[in-house]
Amino acid sequence: MSHAAGAHYTSTGLDNRKVAFWTFIGSECLLFGSLIATYLVYEGRSVSGPTTHEILNIPLTSISTFDLLMSSLCMVLALAAVQRGDRVWARAWLGMTALLGTVFLGFQAYEFNAFVDEGLGLTTNLFGSTFFTLTGFHGGHVAVGVIWLVTLLIRSFQGKLEPDRALNVEIAGLYWHFVDVVWIVIFTVVYLIQTTPIEAAI
Amino acid sequence: MTMRPSTKEFSIVAPATAEHAHPTTATYLAIAVVLTVITVVEVGVFYVPAFQAVLAPVLVTLSAAKFALVVMFYMHLKTDHKLFTLIFTAPLLVAVAVVIALLFLFGVLALG
Repeated sequence: MSHAAGAHYTSTGLDNRKVAFWTFIGSECLLFGSLIATYLVYEGRSVSGPTTHEILNIPLTSISTFDLLMSSLCMVLALAAVQRGDRVWARAWLGMTALLGTVFLGFQAYEFNAFVDEGLGLTTNLFGSTFFTLTGFHGGHVAVGVIWLVTLLIRSFQGKLEPDRALNVEIAGLYWHFVDVVWIVIFTVVYLIQTTPIEAAI
Repeated sequence: MTMRPSTKEFSIVAPATAEHAHPTTATYLAIAVVLTVITVVEVGVFYVPAFQAVLAPVLVTLSAAKFALVVMFYMHLKTDHKLFTLIFTAPLLVAVAVVIALLFLFGVLALG
């Protein structure tokens, strides 16, 4: 199917799938804004530990943040490769993006497991409840993104991801980059800005 | 008599403003380098005791810069149609306003 035949333009001249997806991303801003606000409102109000400065692992999370940033780079390179019809590099960058997303999920699973071992669960205190809810929702979005990327990779191997289908990759990329920018905010407000003096975090 | 274009005529308007050129690979790589440097600076600032007094504003500024770079260049809002920017920034501003309002309501932030 050609791009012209496959596209669904609105009266604005814009493809309605892209308009719809930006609208979805806008609604996601409200979801994560609420979760971040809830975390910040309850931060430092736990009546029992463990709390942020006792448990957060900044070096480990810095690496996973770098991992997610690099996955965004791979995603735009995948889109560029699909747009110019370069199947080999499109598959390579899509695969790399999915791999880096999976590595990020591995970091998160390790972190959650370490926290549970140290006595912090979903119902332990306010910090545990808000932290696991916020980062868990984000991790769920990353997992959906990885599945989406794998389906695109499969479509590519089936020969169904040609330049006329580049919008499919662009929309998946919008989702992936949004997940990245949400983590940029979470990394700052949850991990780096803590209510406790720095001496306790080192 | 002037005829109004039908709905069908509207629906086949060519996407003249939707198909702007995306940034080059060199630009993508440069943005990645800048994002990495900002992240290193963020973590560095976190560990420097001298920055503790201004930690929150510095980190929020650096985080906002990273956010803007990804949205403008990787999500192509800098070159895409302005309607996409509007669709994204309007709820984003509402979300930021909700966060700030809740922080004031629950006493996390206070005036004066």
